[in-house]
Amino acid sequence: MRREPARGLVQHLPVIFPGLMLTIFFIVPFGTMVAVSFFRRQQGGFYVPDFVLANYARFLTPFFGNVLVFSLYLAIAVAVVSLVIAVPFTYLIARSRRQTQVIWLVALLSILSLSEVIIGFAWSTLLSRTAGITNLLVWLGLMGAPQALVPSFEAVLTGMVYQAMPYAVLVLYPSMVRLDPTLTEAARTLGASPLKAFFTVVLPALRTTLIATLIMAFIFALGSYLLPQILGRPSHWTLSVLITDQALYQSNMPFAAAMAVFLVLVSLALVALTMFAGKKLEA
Amino acid sequence: MPNGNGQTKGDQEMTKLTDISVSRRALLAAGATGAAVLAMPNVLRAQDRTLKVGAYGGYFKDSFDKNVFPEFTKATGIAVESVAEPTGEAWLVQLQQAANAGEAPADVSMISQTSMLKGQATELWAPLDAAKIKNIDALIPTFINKYPDGRIAGIGAVAWYVTLVSNTDVYKEAPTSWAFLWDKSNADKLGLMALVSNSFLLEVTAKTFFGGTKALDTEEGILKAFDKLAELKGNVRLWYRDEAQFEQALKSGEIPMGQYYHDVTGLAIADGFHVRSTFPKEGGILDSGCWALSKASKKVEEAHLFIDFMSQPSIQALVTRKVGTAPTVKRSLTDLTDAEFAAASSEIEPIIPRYDMQVQKADWLSEKWTELIVG
Repeated sequence: MRREPARGLVQHLPVIFPGLMLTIFFIVPFGTMVAVSFFRRQQGGFYVPDFVLANYARFLTPFFGNVLVFSLYLAIAVAVVSLVIAVPFTYLIARSRRQTQVIWLVALLSILSLSEVIIGFAWSTLLSRTAGITNLLVWLGLMGAPQALVPSFEAVLTGMVYQAMPYAVLVLYPSMVRLDPTLTEAARTLGASPLKAFFTVVLPALRTTLIATLIMAFIFALGSYLLPQILGRPSHWTLSVLITDQALYQSNMPFAAAMAVFLVLVSLALVALTMFAGKKLEA
Repeated sequence: MPNGNGQTKGDQEMTKLTDISVSRRALLAAGATGAAVLAMPNVLRAQDRTLKVGAYGGYFKDSFDKNVFPEFTKATGIAVESVAEPTGEAWLVQLQQAANAGEAPADVSMISQTSMLKGQATELWAPLDAAKIKNIDALIPTFINKYPDGRIAGIGAVAWYVTLVSNTDVYKEAPTSWAFLWDKSNADKLGLMALVSNSFLLEVTAKTFFGGTKALDTEEGILKAFDKLAELKGNVRLWYRDEAQFEQALKSGEIPMGQYYHDVTGLAIADGFHVRSTFPKEGGILDSGCWALSKASKKVEEAHLFIDFMSQPSIQALVTRKVGTAPTVKRSLTDLTDAEFAAASSEIEPIIPRYDMQVQKADWLSEKWTELIVG
């Protein structure tokens, strides 16, 4: 089944529309951001067009370096934890009855309708000392006194995994459903335990999807700026939080833009590295 | 009135449409539009003479919508379309970018003092004409915001205090000094504002420990205040940007002490929550907002009417009673009782933020501050 390459304007039309949208809504804003990152900041005011590197120079400090490293670490942790939970979960859903599948998927999709603010506040209440789940543990006699579990790194991680999970499941689900059941059956016939079949047959067969899920959850987590504020201490604030501070509260657009460009570049590099590693594994 | 007006306009539209031959579909559509117009008399009236006014979203905007703006419409016939503006500088950035494009998301906005100074730097505020503001003499002079060359950039809208607040279940006795924030017994118990430019904690530190905000004249003095603030870090559980987050935690006792708005705390007390607001002996932090007109606005006439109306002592007294903020006009001109005045203000000399320092050293301060609390 070879497809002829598209010829002429008419055959190209279906690609021109998304291309145009991508240009208008992605490339132009991103270009503007790159341009602004070189503009000169006027303290007490806004910015003037110019070409200065001061905005980039300003965050090449150990302090911003640490924040960047923490942001990447948090995003990777969120991606890995989401994947570790989402893979067996999706696998079980994909193998259950159709009706069960629908119920689970609707429940997961409904999480997507919640805003980040609601998720943040809900978790901060759930993990609080006065109204949180530790009260339940005290009532059950498992704990002496209620405790505050927020703000903490674990709280931030929990909130962000909760938010990223539905996306991970949605990316994994189609591949899991389409996975040929005879593959596992063959493995079982050849004497592999269900667990062994899952690890040696199912996971390798889904390698590309797994990497795609990982990358998506990572990018998604990297942009999060509300949950680290609501559920974490200042040491858990991501670079996105500092970018927001600069852009909204200090009205320092050039500096915010420079940080954002840097963050985009670093994450693109990481994504490229992951894909490269994936290709290597495949070869 | 607005209903009758709406009816005529809707009918005229219908007649005009039936005169020229139109398809049945278009007529039906026009009928639907006419019905929609009749159903929304407010929108119709708003087309006559309106003013878009930005007020801090949430409680402030709601109170003004309910108690103050209708009075203005009653007196002048100008409808107020209120716009919820975010606190901090987000609104300044939006106004500035819109003005560059010739747009005004709000004609008149409530603007903080630091934002006023920053907006001045780019001439964002249309100069106001003192001759058109009869009540200008009633204002306390510090609440008239001027450009360096003397033109009026903004007129004091409301003043408010940030005070030391505590949960009465956890703290049986009211604290008396800001210095109590540093007390060892308060480890991991405080909620403070997350930005150097809205917490004004440098000013509080200077007044409490270094004899006054004059100590912040030099960088050396500022660094000393930063060092003192660093000792406070271990006591802070929450550095908040979002007021609701702290308010909820304060009411429940989750975070039993911190700095917060005196007016909103008063409302929480009225609602029966076990919280209190204390003016420490060093004074509460007195901050204020100005009414300022965007240079992109075309409603200059209406804006002056609005600002003049808001500067009347009787309206200022109304705002103090209904919103809980301190008046920007001289107290003697208002009919506020001692109790009403005390509910919104205090005789203790306030801590006035160093807006000049906040604006001139903005980048340096925010960097040092972020390193202090994040690092």
